[in-house]
Amino acid sequence: MKELTARLDALRGDTEPQSLDARAISSIVGNPGCGRRNLLDAAGIDKDELARAIRHPMYAKPSRMVLARGAQFEAQVKASGGAQLLTLLREDIGLSIPEAEHEDLKTIGGNEGKLARYRNTVQRLTAVARSAQDGGTLFDHPYLKITVAGYDVFLEPDLVAVKSGGKFYIVEVKSFSVIDGQAPAAAVEGAELQAAVYVYALRELLRSHGFDEDLVADEAIFVCPQNFINKPFAARVNVRNQVAAVRRMLMRMHDLDTILSNLPAGLTFALRGPAGSRSAEELKAGLRLVPARYAPSCLDTCEMARFCRSEEQGSTAVLGRQVREELALDTIGEVVGLARGTRLPGPDQVEQAELLRRAQQYRDELLGSLM
Amino acid sequence: MTVTYVPPTAVLDVLRLLTEGPQPGVVLNSPPGAGKSTAVTYMAHHLARHGDQVRVVAQTNSQVDDLVAKIAAVDPGITVGRYTAYGYPVPATLAASNILIANRFPDLRQAAIVVATAAKWLDPVITERGPWAIIDEAYQMRSDTLLRLASTFERAAFVGDPGQLDPFSVVNVDRWTGLAWSPLQSAVAAMLANNPDIPERQLPRSWRLAPHTAIPVSDAFYPFAPFESAPEQGAREMWMPTRSLGNSPADRAIEHAAANGWAFYELPRRHTVRTDAEAVAAVVALAVRVLERGTMLRDERHPDGARVTADRVAIGVAHRDQMAAIKTGLAETAYPNIRVDTANRLQGSEYDIVIVLHPLSGRRDATAFHLESGRLCVLTSRHRHACIVVARDGIPDLLDAHPSADPVPFNTQPRFPNGWEANQALLEHLIAHRIRAL
Amino acid sequence: MSLLTSLARAHASDQAVAQRLTTVRHLHVSSEPLVFVPLAMAGEAHAPLAVMIGTSPDTPELLTVAQPRNRDQQVAFAYELAKIFAAYITPRTNRRLPVRAGASGVQYRCADAPQVWVPNRAGVEFIRILGRSTRLRRSTGEWAVPRNIPVMGKWLTFLADRAEYAGSAMLVAATDALTLHWATGQSTEEDQHLPAVLGWIAPPPGMTGRDAARACENPLKVPPAGPATDPSFDNGILEPLLAAYHQAASPAASRIAEDKIRKELRKQLDGTWHRMWQAITLLRDPSLPAGAHVGVRWERDLDAFTQAADWIATSPGAQPKRDSAVYAARRLYWLERAQQQYDAERAFDDPMVMAEARMIGEAFVGTVIAAVPNRRVGRSLRPLITVSTTDAISLAAGESGLRRPELLDQKTTVVSVTRDGDTVMVELELREGMGSGREPRPGTVPAVGDSVCYSLFKDDYRRAPTLPRKEDTPWTHGGPPKPYLPTEQDAQEPWS
Repeated sequence: MKELTARLDALRGDTEPQSLDARAISSIVGNPGCGRRNLLDAAGIDKDELARAIRHPMYAKPSRMVLARGAQFEAQVKASGGAQLLTLLREDIGLSIPEAEHEDLKTIGGNEGKLARYRNTVQRLTAVARSAQDGGTLFDHPYLKITVAGYDVFLEPDLVAVKSGGKFYIVEVKSFSVIDGQAPAAAVEGAELQAAVYVYALRELLRSHGFDEDLVADEAIFVCPQNFINKPFAARVNVRNQVAAVRRMLMRMHDLDTILSNLPAGLTFALRGPAGSRSAEELKAGLRLVPARYAPSCLDTCEMARFCRSEEQGSTAVLGRQVREELALDTIGEVVGLARGTRLPGPDQVEQAELLRRAQQYRDELLGSLM
Repeated sequence: MTVTYVPPTAVLDVLRLLTEGPQPGVVLNSPPGAGKSTAVTYMAHHLARHGDQVRVVAQTNSQVDDLVAKIAAVDPGITVGRYTAYGYPVPATLAASNILIANRFPDLRQAAIVVATAAKWLDPVITERGPWAIIDEAYQMRSDTLLRLASTFERAAFVGDPGQLDPFSVVNVDRWTGLAWSPLQSAVAAMLANNPDIPERQLPRSWRLAPHTAIPVSDAFYPFAPFESAPEQGAREMWMPTRSLGNSPADRAIEHAAANGWAFYELPRRHTVRTDAEAVAAVVALAVRVLERGTMLRDERHPDGARVTADRVAIGVAHRDQMAAIKTGLAETAYPNIRVDTANRLQGSEYDIVIVLHPLSGRRDATAFHLESGRLCVLTSRHRHACIVVARDGIPDLLDAHPSADPVPFNTQPRFPNGWEANQALLEHLIAHRIRAL
Repeated sequence: MSLLTSLARAHASDQAVAQRLTTVRHLHVSSEPLVFVPLAMAGEAHAPLAVMIGTSPDTPELLTVAQPRNRDQQVAFAYELAKIFAAYITPRTNRRLPVRAGASGVQYRCADAPQVWVPNRAGVEFIRILGRSTRLRRSTGEWAVPRNIPVMGKWLTFLADRAEYAGSAMLVAATDALTLHWATGQSTEEDQHLPAVLGWIAPPPGMTGRDAARACENPLKVPPAGPATDPSFDNGILEPLLAAYHQAASPAASRIAEDKIRKELRKQLDGTWHRMWQAITLLRDPSLPAGAHVGVRWERDLDAFTQAADWIATSPGAQPKRDSAVYAARRLYWLERAQQQYDAERAFDDPMVMAEARMIGEAFVGTVIAAVPNRRVGRSLRPLITVSTTDAISLAAGESGLRRPELLDQKTTVVSVTRDGDTVMVELELREGMGSGREPRPGTVPAVGDSVCYSLFKDDYRRAPTLPRKEDTPWTHGGPPKPYLPTEQDAQEPWS
């Protein structure tokens, strides 16, 4: 593990590793087979900076107005010792929570170093875990830790952990709104994967202190604004499948040896070298050595996506997974060549060539002059 | 076959709950080959003794015909009605004197038990409500059909296999997502969502799947409601009366499957079109070879041994174009009539040997369609003796690169296990039975 | 996604410009569409920020809300918007023409219906949500709003509901309308970006489609087509202007701030506005004549619109928040039917769509090489024909679903399929649809030498299911629903 860490450090250079948040971790689940992304994330490389340096920047940045609005809703729900939240958990979700207090684990006496905060969270949560009774405390902002490719990654989720009926539940306040019981599918998908990262991290915390990981419920609770008003709405969702997916993905992140063993020893993605800033070309040449697995959905989730797309121009991957599946060939040149009959099919391509020629024949016959 | 049926506790429970329980419905879950139609038969007769006509609902005409024959065979003194559409060609198997066939409901008044498809029960809707209904293959029925059907009975038992494919619609809208009565779910899912207190029972044993077959299927597709192979069925045996000339991989795969119940016939790694010619040829060759070699079997139905015939072999695929390609291949062999079908249409059927073209074979990416656990479950649980799965090398990597978890909309329940987990679990099992084609 | 469209995408990518997918247009394009380009306020729960709207490219109206949490401003915005919608819709509800005389006498149907264009599917969703947020409001009582607001809400809800029907043309997402007819060289995910799609289809002179599309990805150069705004616009421009508006010390200062906001929003919307009309112009091009069933589908829209007009004019209630079990089941039947009709009609209208069925072997085009038109089996007329085709058919003897688009009520059974190299001979037995005479009516049995097309598409009329009355909803589906009455809370729900 030490060796791995050293190599990853060298890839990153002198900067502090970029810490992954649950959002980043959960978005890896969308394309976990991508070695390029796994390696850059495992090494804690700032992909946003790197994408800028190679002149393929990601445009979308979070809107401050969105963040502000989210923070405002969260503050409202958690105000007065979590009064609204508690009512929701008791009445809408049906958790039995005895007289409750709200404890913010974000602030501990003077010392706010990462490890101190983590230890404090561990201490408070394990004490409740040990107790036979449900602690009447809403633990806000627990500090959690997971191991990604040998690194300790600290997570500072905006969530509340509460024990009820002998189980810990993770409660997340989200800012997407629910209308007549329905929430936007993409927002729900993202929220569930993030919650799964937290469930996993909380389980790791308890497991590493000798507790049964079943102590953390499979169900996550989301609190959202509903129906154009700020009256909060709570939903309980079973994220067991997501937790399993996150676990498998993290296991995969540990397995970077194959990728690393194919990379030259001195390779680095540090933006600055001894001779000043590295050129975009040099960085790109390095990136090309790391195999990627581009899919159009990367454009929404990965800072490197525009670079990968430009690299894949000419590959059927840029057309999307379904189209690629239908075309069943790697490159657009092969598709077009086989369809037009200007290229001879390889032994593996005979059937597909026949289908493509037939499709091309229909296009020629039927669209003719319109093409 | 005239063994006295000893109903499992689950069936007795279901009958008690149906006749005396506080809820108007009860669910009887039946894993593959767990004696579902025998249970339905028993339940129909039992309820008929209460004096009122029992209505039995199935989903397809062939399911109805099979049930009618089975129910009528139990007791020649009980009249069984086969309620048909006008002009339906009733098969010769329904010739027993206690079977009454009619396309008008009033003509079936004297039948103690009436069986029809859901579509027939609804055309026209029977206005008088009957006290009992048994709904067979209820997981294949859509919620909107049940909505219409529910006025025809007071109480109903819903019988079916929860591991199979969900019903289908050509439209894909999310306006009903999260509604307990969404018409796009299965009838059972809708009924349970609206009535969370409805009791569920499960048939505990499969009479189709032998022990070495039942365990992987149960582990992969029913991990939270496991079942086992019924020990009463005694030993199953399959063997080749002749030694093969040479030692081709296909022969080895068949022999391995005969001895172990499973074989995983693996072709070299390659991305292919869906109708991968090599895979299609391999499937055809395996099916033909099984029959050519005069494969023999022995089981409780054939205690003295019997030769496997072409009507006891089936080929299962995911896509219709694969079906067409395999049929074309078979047409040039001595066995053009071997059944080739998609998972959807193989639901509920049973064969001695099933050859499966794995849905993920040769694929670049795993889509939700390919990963659907019901599809693989249907394909790998139709066989009494042996299942040979044909696939390209590379599926483990494909799964590894797609550890997907489908999003769970608010107010809905996720499917357990999800498709990824089920695929992974079955594959782990299959790898142990791998025979490489080269 | 079929191999034909995938191949077209590959060609588009190869040639760096979009490729045609169809021989005809499959969408009705109104002579007076209403273009509606919305922007939503970032972070607010579906609060409108601005709308550019109008029926002529030269005279868009711009409506903005500077403070979406201010109820008065919301109401004022909705009121203005409702006036525009009413001016567009109401005349269309009034002008009616007689259609087929049924048992109940002559029926009158609206002669035209609205056609609202939004940039993309998110725009359709915006309409749906705006409909939801306005239709349940009351025009009386404590939380009263002008009467035209709930009326607009009902219309918007109707339009969004109607958009779920395959082939309906009353609420159109421009991206979908374009990509139905052209394949771009990018992915379906990227195809939801209107400027990029137009870049591929109609790049500026001297530029490839790909370069034009890529150039549109920079939101600083080309603002997104909404409803979500560009975050850099939010952070760099909108947020400071909103702050200035809030801090304005006098009505005059506040008006100045508001003018600035409007100016900036106009800049964000102008490009999309012109692209919307560019999309409509492209689809009106004579090289894309309307398919034969486009008019038939529009008539179905007219029927639906006429019904809605009568309902909205006479019913005090609004559409409920969610469908009841009975309504959902009925609606599913109609949605499935619309989908089947749409699939079949497009195949009948367009050989390129039919070619998709030929690709998978479920349709074929060929030449009749033998015909026995007067063949009888017993007393019934059962002509036999043999068609020779080079299409790769996957149908077998016994198949009874094949129909000719020209003669859908004639049924067939495949008697035999014989292959000879790449040529396939299909022998078909015909029944029905030939008249009642001794010999088949002329033209009902194809003659030797005729070119024919057979496919599994048919206009399969399945009777609408008999459903229980809502008050008879069975226990399996939750029992009879409580009648829905708009509540005080619905009336007072703010927009955000």
